[in-house]
Amino acid sequence: MKNLLLMAKLDIKESARSRWFFVYLLVFGGLMALFFITGITDSVVMGFTGLSRLLLVYMQVTIVILPIFILITTVKSISGDRESAILEYMLSFPVSLKDYYWGKMLGRFVIVFTPVFLALLMGVVYGVIKGGELPWKMLLVYSALLLSLCAVFLGIAFFISTLVKSHDVALGASFVVWITLLAFIDIALIGLMLQNRWDDNFIITLALLNPMEVFRVGAISLFDPELTVMGPVAYFLLDTFGHTLFLVYAVLYPIFLGAVFAFLGYYAFRKKDLL
Amino acid sequence: MIEVKDAVKRFLDTNVLDHVDLVIERGDKIALMGPNGAGKTTLVRSILGFYHLDSGKIEVEGYDPIKNRVKVLEKISFIPQTPPPIKLSLTELLEYVSKSTGTKEEDIKEEAKRMDLDISKNLAKPFFKLSGGMKQKLLIAIALAKRSDILIFDEPTANLDPKAREKFYHLLSELPQEVSTLFITHRIEEVEGLINRKIYMDLGKVVEDERL
Ligand SMILES: Nc1ncnc2c1ncn2[C@@H]1O[C@H](COP(=O)(O)OP(=O)(O)OP(=O)(O)O)[C@@H](O)[C@H]1O
Ligand SMILES: [Mg+2]
Repeated sequence: MKNLLLMAKLDIKESARSRWFFVYLLVFGGLMALFFITGITDSVVMGFTGLSRLLLVYMQVTIVILPIFILITTVKSISGDRESAILEYMLSFPVSLKDYYWGKMLGRFVIVFTPVFLALLMGVVYGVIKGGELPWKMLLVYSALLLSLCAVFLGIAFFISTLVKSHDVALGASFVVWITLLAFIDIALIGLMLQNRWDDNFIITLALLNPMEVFRVGAISLFDPELTVMGPVAYFLLDTFGHTLFLVYAVLYPIFLGAVFAFLGYYAFRKKDLL
Repeated sequence: MIEVKDAVKRFLDTNVLDHVDLVIERGDKIALMGPNGAGKTTLVRSILGFYHLDSGKIEVEGYDPIKNRVKVLEKISFIPQTPPPIKLSLTELLEYVSKSTGTKEEDIKEEAKRMDLDISKNLAKPFFKLSGGMKQKLLIAIALAKRSDILIFDEPTANLDPKAREKFYHLLSELPQEVSTLFITHRIEEVEGLINRKIYMDLGKVVEDERL
């Protein structure tokens, strides 16, 4: 446990200095700032109050860029260290593989979650200062959704990172994962539905299995369905399961999926050659 | 101390370790030699628990390097063939070493001084930004400060200038009698005075094992 925290701390320090982290901060901080400047908060469009509209737009953008950010920066954590022989040296010290792997994971989690969470907070603070009401429920739900989105893609990234020996292959694999999941969020699903070639149940299942779609529907579910343009799949899901049940699922399922991948990665890390 | 029994490690259908048998006793000072690709690094990595053997087994003081990696690595200091581009700062690296092994940071700094390396000026620098020789010296200092029962060096002097090399060999000659060392080296004449056993590997086999 002591070494696990040590690994986490060192990984946080190392990442916090790195260029990718700087870009990451800039992108999410800048995104929020951009929303302020363009005045998304000021307008009341289609019944949205300014602040909740701001947060929803933030979540919509996050769905697309957060996963790829997590994937490309994290897949190199183990595969990159392996390729550059850093792993050989660091693991020649008496640290258990458990502490090493989960410590790195914990460190990464802090590093990827903190900026997106802070940007969300920043938006809320700005909105409240501008005279909005503090949207407690929204803040809570969106924080939880961001947390579980981070968890699932970290899990997948660590899985790829331990399984693949070369950094380039790891990058390629993450890109494929991202594009695939992105392709199957609502828009593509509607296309399939319209073609009527696929069974509706099959499409719903696809939607429920895709953590990105689950996140999207979860984020949108806080709004009145009459007012939002949420897409038929999202509408169907919320209508069938109810908002609360779906939200619970939207938070827990990605965490569960991330944990499964993280454990598979850990298993591979222990059972395969380290170098 | 270290027992390698009928070890086989295969990469892509070639036996990189081909039924290796080897016993390293307390106080053995070994030069491990052999042409490029003979399997020297692979043998060392197997002892350190990085590779899963295809058959046979390795024990370090009775412990399996994979099942009991912490127990095994507590007893070993290791210096790799090339210094890795570690991104941690020296302060962080020293913290990692001292917390994971129980070595005092002071001892590492002391050893570094004995290698003519003053790290106090570079503590905030990332390790990979040190010069090649400085990196090597620091790795040596860490390895010595750890006070391990077994030292394993994979060609440790490649980046050192002649003076630093002298220094390094001098420090090694001061090691306690009961410490075992295993050098991988291509320059036997340099370590001649420090060793009492020569092992020669080729094509994954131990082909010669001579006590001096
Ligand atoms: N991870 C690996 N995957 C595939 N082949 C490997 C791997 N590691 C080593 N080999 C192969 O095993 C053989 C032995 O390599 P090893 O590094 O043990 O040689 P060595 O004796 O240390 O050589 P050198 O003197 O050049 O350092 C080489 O042919 C090498 O290509
Ligand atoms: Mg070698």
